[in-house]
Amino acid sequence: MSMMGDAISHAVLPGLAVAFLVTGSRASVPMFLGAAVVGVLTALFTEWVRGLGKVDEGASMGVVFTSLFALGLLLVVQAADHVDLDPGCVLYGAIELTPLDTVTLAGREVPRVVVMLGVVFLLNLTCVLVLYKELQISSFDPALATTLGINARGLHFLLMTLVAVTAVASFETVGNILVVAMLVVPAATAFLLTRRLSVLLVLAVGFGVGSAVVGHVAALAVPAAFGYASTNTAGMMALTSGVGLLVVMVVTLLRRGQPLRD
Amino acid sequence: MLTLSPPPPAATPTRRPVLAPLGAEHSPEAALSIHDMTVAYHRKPVLWDVDLDVPPGSLVGIVGPNGAGKSTLIKAVLDLIPRVSGRVLVFGKPYRQQRHRVAYVPQRESVDWDFPVSALEVVAMGLYGRIGWFRPVTRRHREIALHALERVGIADLAHRQISQLSGGQQQRTFLARALVQEADLYLMDEPFAAVDAATEKAIVRLLQDLRAAGRTALVVHHDLQTVAEYFDRVVLLNLRVVASGLTETVFTRENLQKTYGGRLTLMTEAAEALARETPAP
Repeated sequence: MSMMGDAISHAVLPGLAVAFLVTGSRASVPMFLGAAVVGVLTALFTEWVRGLGKVDEGASMGVVFTSLFALGLLLVVQAADHVDLDPGCVLYGAIELTPLDTVTLAGREVPRVVVMLGVVFLLNLTCVLVLYKELQISSFDPALATTLGINARGLHFLLMTLVAVTAVASFETVGNILVVAMLVVPAATAFLLTRRLSVLLVLAVGFGVGSAVVGHVAALAVPAAFGYASTNTAGMMALTSGVGLLVVMVVTLLRRGQPLRD
Repeated sequence: MLTLSPPPPAATPTRRPVLAPLGAEHSPEAALSIHDMTVAYHRKPVLWDVDLDVPPGSLVGIVGPNGAGKSTLIKAVLDLIPRVSGRVLVFGKPYRQQRHRVAYVPQRESVDWDFPVSALEVVAMGLYGRIGWFRPVTRRHREIALHALERVGIADLAHRQISQLSGGQQQRTFLARALVQEADLYLMDEPFAAVDAATEKAIVRLLQDLRAAGRTALVVHHDLQTVAEYFDRVVLLNLRVVASGLTETVFTRENLQKTYGGRLTLMTEAAEALARETPAP
């Protein structure tokens, strides 16, 4: 499942490129549509490759997302000949530039991406709160969910769409690396500490926020301490989340003598 | 009444009137009635022309070699995998209209036991259909779930994360989850697989309780030695229904040989001996 988020965040690239090529703009709505469509397609393709090719789900995902990602890169390079859709930006984002692009909200100037990501955050929060038990059962035991009349397949696609939309909303700002890191690492860290889903969700969000704040400060402070200019913020945030996971792992190992898993 | 798919040559015609009087097949009262069901994976048929009627209040064992289609039979009944042809009726109506009357106990290996939920939460999942979309699990639901865990004897483990349960306790959790569904028909896929002796006894007791309450259970079973002891009826399956009916009539050396072919081992000899010695209930 954590692979699926990774896969989708890569695979949405052709969706973005096509949306851009078709509309000729980077407006949010076509981008989201492109991402949502490709998000669902990724989940579908993965199912097909697994079913028809009789390969393991991980392998199937690997095939689908690398192919789609490559296709996306080709399209982006094609499009970038004409306009400013920069492959570099797609990889590590431009979080440092966000304050320059603002909109007016309730009489105050706020960065445009804050509004966009705020909306996506509320969308995700609503879905998780409203569909908590449905998402839980269809992740844990989709067959049982189906026999109870809960459409596990539909929920799977909804989840994949949310991942795709979230990834796209974040791409422009923070880039692919941080998106992938934030999809997996905070949740994995929280999983080391708890076996309760509700607690895990809150902890994971906490770790994500913590990594962002610490990473931001570290991006400014750490290179400066060695006499260099500040480094890429998104990269440092991703690295911080990884270090956080390592720290938690070591601490749990020392305290329990073994990971919680056993 | 249990009826047979196209009977193996010379096998059953003489018994037929005993098991299923002609013309009485697919009676509307049957708990489960499967008619001419064929299932295929990628065009390769894995179940052929299954014809089966299960009378209410019976415990039915489904027996057959690996790859015989035992799990497939259950999943096809539940619409979890598509049928190529055939009809399935649950208490006289299509499954989709009777969903709430059917509980499913999947194979234990079918889920990820590292998933962050407790035993109680897993049991409560059995109530999700009844609770309905968007509504939260309340304290009343948790009480129902706890009561079900009591019935399977592991109420004290209710708040354990499921990876910290033994195989037998995990299986009991699954059974408790089926219990809260208050179903009339239970479809169980290998509930006895790799469980301890105490759990095996608990499951048998549970099955008997269900039967006493007029419920019906169809159980995929792998241990031929206990078939005669646990089940009133048996379905011998190997891509087709080789034979089905009352255990004492159908669970014979001849039929087992047909079902398992060359794969029949010493174990069957023992099972057979048991079948002969177990007096009819």
